[in-house]
Amino acid sequence: MSEIMESNGSNSEIVIRLENIVKIYQMGKVQVHALRGVSLQVQRGDMIAIMGPSGSGKSTLMNIIGALDTPTSGRYLLEGQDVSRLNDDQLAEIRNKRIGFVFQNFNLLPRLTALEQVELPLVYAGVFSRRERRRRAQEALERVGLGDRLHHRPNELSGGQQQRVAIARALVNNPSIILADEPTGNLDSKSGAEVMYIFQHLNQEQGITVVLVTHEPDIARHTRRIVYLRDGLIVGDESVLHPKVAMPGGALYEAKHR
Amino acid sequence: MFKKTMSLLEAIRTALRSLAANKLRSALTMLGIIIGVAAVITLLAVGQGVESFVRAQFESIGTYVLFVIPGQLEEGLPSARNRSPHPLTMGDARALQDPIRAPSVQRVAPVLQKSARASYRKKEIIAQILGVTPDYFTIRNWPAVEGRLFTEEEVAGHTRVATIGTLVRDRLFRDIDPIGKTIRINNVPFKVIGVMEEKGGGGFGSEDLRVFVPITTAQTRLFRGRTYRGDYVVSAILVSAVSEEAMEDAAQEITQILRERHDIRYLDEDDFTVINQKDLINIFGDITRVLTIFLGAIAAISLIVGGIGIMNIMLVSVTERTREIGLRKAVGARRRDILLQFLIEAVILSLIGGFVGIMLGVAGAFLVSQFAGDFQARVTIEAVALATGFSAAVGLFFGIYPATRAARLHPIEALRYE
Repeated sequence: MSEIMESNGSNSEIVIRLENIVKIYQMGKVQVHALRGVSLQVQRGDMIAIMGPSGSGKSTLMNIIGALDTPTSGRYLLEGQDVSRLNDDQLAEIRNKRIGFVFQNFNLLPRLTALEQVELPLVYAGVFSRRERRRRAQEALERVGLGDRLHHRPNELSGGQQQRVAIARALVNNPSIILADEPTGNLDSKSGAEVMYIFQHLNQEQGITVVLVTHEPDIARHTRRIVYLRDGLIVGDESVLHPKVAMPGGALYEAKHR
Repeated sequence: MFKKTMSLLEAIRTALRSLAANKLRSALTMLGIIIGVAAVITLLAVGQGVESFVRAQFESIGTYVLFVIPGQLEEGLPSARNRSPHPLTMGDARALQDPIRAPSVQRVAPVLQKSARASYRKKEIIAQILGVTPDYFTIRNWPAVEGRLFTEEEVAGHTRVATIGTLVRDRLFRDIDPIGKTIRINNVPFKVIGVMEEKGGGGFGSEDLRVFVPITTAQTRLFRGRTYRGDYVVSAILVSAVSEEAMEDAAQEITQILRERHDIRYLDEDDFTVINQKDLINIFGDITRVLTIFLGAIAAISLIVGGIGIMNIMLVSVTERTREIGLRKAVGARRRDILLQFLIEAVILSLIGGFVGIMLGVAGAFLVSQFAGDFQARVTIEAVALATGFSAAVGLFFGIYPATRAARLHPIEALRYE
């Protein structure tokens, strides 16, 4: 961790720094310009939403922020470390240690219990002690309110609970950011509220940086900042003055908060 | 920096879990390896058993023994074309007993062998009748278990006495003590004076289905056959050498003496063959070894087929679990973690298959021994090690391609896979 601080100590409050990111896909003979020069900074402890219609490049942007992919050109500094030119294994390590993913379709492994799902990143992080893994996984599940569902398998959990297991899995390695791609897309509004509540709770109470990708304005308004993407470029970037507050057990509703 | 990778133990646990999730499929996949390994184990055991059986058979003939038979061995078998232009005779046998010309020769035993009818009262069998001298029993180290063997005096006196093999006893005399009874060979009465020790084994005409009579009696009363000079013909001559080292010398001395007696000109071929017992053992050893390798190769092919089955299923499994691989990569699995996971799965499949196959192979070898009766199929440690190593190698080899494919999957595409 030390090299991160050394390389860019003054910007330690900026977790994500994208500088003129360009991503070009080669689809057969056609070049697709998914991102045409995106620059973005995300403060530590912020909660932002990236919005845009399909084809706007928001998935590509999320893949790059999530270290699943590297840009064609431009620089991406995650906590000051340039991750835009890393190889596969180095990217895997970044994903393991600094990024927690939450997917639209949860992506839980069908045969594992909640505890084992959450242990998975620890397995790849080289935490060899099973007891240690278990302890940390249990702690993460408790943070998302699933302390009583440790040994349930995905088919024994509701959609909202499954997504919370996925959030616990994203949390367990204490990442720099949690990256959620349409996290409520497969959920009814009640479960969606449950999940948004967890995100807001983690963000506000525990200071975890959350980046949401969504096409639902209603979900985006639960964050404090919305970035609009269109045709591979940022076309808008606004603060949300009064974020919606999600309440556990209730439907998503609007409330004046803070 | 601290080196992070999935622990081997964890990888094995993961692999076992995913194999257990598809029990039937895993079992069917293993079947190829199970059959292959079982075949390797059983066939190698049978090969080993045959080899040691054949070796024991030859060793039961006696030590340091040379056979002299008429005619030339051609391609391992006496050819019809060359059959006895000049038969072996009693004179030849006597000539070999010359301590000055044949110092390496210890004993010489001429044998006159024909099959004939042997009967006791109403019972009749076809048996091999061997006219021999007491030296025959000495060379073959073959004692009587009941009664006695005949003596030089009985040979000299053309006595009608016989010692019989255990099978002859069993077939002619059920519950009767054969000693002192009279059997008829081609209607000539002989008094039974002894029963030979059982040699066991079946194969090429059991040695226990033989009747031994003095060679002189056989020549005069049973099978008349003389050369134009009036000498008695013999079927073969058994010669023992003074020691194992002297066998080569003895063979040369015999050849020299017989060539002279048979008037064979310089550069002409012998009209007889001297067979070294060791040569026979070696020939049969070669045959069984080739057989074993051949059987092993067939079994190895089935192992490879089993390996292809593993590869096939692993490829299906990789495709099926594309999203799982994508997720694992997203949460930090590296190429080598995924590679290891699938490789271990393939190796575990083939190792468990190998283990079950070894069990079945041992059972198979045991069954073969039970049915064959005469020889014991022997499962050697080498065969087990070979099968285990081979099945692990098969799993590794055929697991590499699917595992590499899994490891190379791009996380984004893998996650998007439907």
